[in-house]
Amino acid sequence: MKMEEFNNRNVTEGDYFKCDIADYPTTGWDKFKRVMQRTFRGELFVGLWVVMREMIKFDIHTVQYPEEKMPIGPRYRAIHQMKRLWESDTERCIGCGLCEKICISNCIKIDTKIDENSRKEVSEYTINLGRCIFCGYCAEVCPELAITHGGEYENASDQREHFVDYEAMLTPLDTMLAGGQKEFEGFGAITPHEDERVKKTPLAY
Amino acid sequence: MDSAYLIETIIKVVVILLVFSALAGIGTYFERKILAFMQRRLGPMYVGPFGVLQFGADAIKLFTKEDIIPTGVVARIFKIAPVITAATAFMAAAAIPFLPEFEIFGYTVHPIVSDINVGILYILGVMAIGLYGPLLGGMASANKYSLISAARAAAVFISYEVVSGLAILAPIMMVGSLSLIDFNEYQLSNGWLVWSQPVAFVLFWIAAFAETGRTPFHLIANDHELIDGFGTEYSGMRWGLFFIGEYANMFFISFVIPLLFLGGFGDGSVLGAFALLGKMAFFFFFFLWTRAAWPDVRPDQLMWLCWKVLMPIAVINVVITGIVMM
Repeated sequence: MKMEEFNNRNVTEGDYFKCDIADYPTTGWDKFKRVMQRTFRGELFVGLWVVMREMIKFDIHTVQYPEEKMPIGPRYRAIHQMKRLWESDTERCIGCGLCEKICISNCIKIDTKIDENSRKEVSEYTINLGRCIFCGYCAEVCPELAITHGGEYENASDQREHFVDYEAMLTPLDTMLAGGQKEFEGFGAITPHEDERVKKTPLAY
Repeated sequence: MDSAYLIETIIKVVVILLVFSALAGIGTYFERKILAFMQRRLGPMYVGPFGVLQFGADAIKLFTKEDIIPTGVVARIFKIAPVITAATAFMAAAAIPFLPEFEIFGYTVHPIVSDINVGILYILGVMAIGLYGPLLGGMASANKYSLISAARAAAVFISYEVVSGLAILAPIMMVGSLSLIDFNEYQLSNGWLVWSQPVAFVLFWIAAFAETGRTPFHLIANDHELIDGFGTEYSGMRWGLFFIGEYANMFFISFVIPLLFLGGFGDGSVLGAFALLGKMAFFFFFFLWTRAAWPDVRPDQLMWLCWKVLMPIAVINVVITGIVMM
């Protein structure tokens, strides 16, 4: 179906048709007839048969959660992750502050300083998950693909801060060295085969 | 009154009390499981294999929960109301023959506490008193949902009681006795009453749903309208007593319907005893089945149904039965 057919709201043309609903009975005889029809048409037994059929088929749809888990979509937006550069294993975040600026619930706090090499360095980066609505704007706006949403939704802890610590969000160095960093497939992310086409930064060659 | 009879009766009372208290708990397990299967779910799965010990966990929870008496309630009535529901449900069981009589160690046991000559009248009357539990509990709760629930309880009560009384009148005229044992004997020689009194059977069955407050007529404690109705302010074992009363009532009415209309335990053999249990199981299952399948009616629809449809049919049934018997 093309979009024009959806946008055409002229009900006089096209495949629109009125539902065949009988009028409400007004006279006593009509009401009596409706009661008789409803009583002897056996609708209640249709309902009984439907649930009995489902019980006999025993087609259970329950996902027994802690043992079984549904696969989540690649664009699922759970706890944030900070990524590292593939070529140098350093942090991707350049401290531009766009995520802090765009965050509509004001939950990202970023602080930068000039380090001893006169380069901009992220000195503090926190996300208040109590305020975060997981809209994904931070991941979408990030020019370096540094902050992304991960698929980790089972987050129980004594304190919320345990999930939003910068060190906790950052890909661990040993995982990184083992090539275990997963690229985000969602908002503004690189395509799955991007690593074959990506070129190294100019300084490397 | 000799002491052997006294001891036998006390033992029977204790056995019925224990068996049906436990059955009320196991009944909740069956209800959850069957409803879940009908809705493509699994139901309780974690406590014990396939969740069979779930009712034990529920019982522990109910017994150990704090018994809260809210400040605004009429405390004495509030406290006594759940006891009325549970006690009358078990009192009604006194006139129900659960099994045919059998011999154990040469001693003949009648599995009925007392075969009184007004059996069915006693059962219906005492079960009807059970509705004082929701009525008083709801009115004493100082909660508007409970109050609506109490008003509905009264409306349901005066509606279904007429239907069940008149429906049962025609079979009573044919049998000429109110004792359930006599009903059983009559059906043994004359065939099941459901064939000669199908209208009375259906009417009594419908009234049984109103009596136990099960789904088509579950408007006294309709969860989506009235929270828990009369049970809103109750907690712990007082709420549990309402629960036990409701489920015990379901089991007892599931015994009464086959005894009245479907031949009861027949000739009193082992086969007949199992047949009665099977019929009871079907009627109990049907209570759960309708809960999965059918919508609830409004209170005014229930009163319309009982007063304007079922009661005239019941009266006509009684008149026709009388003419045929003459």
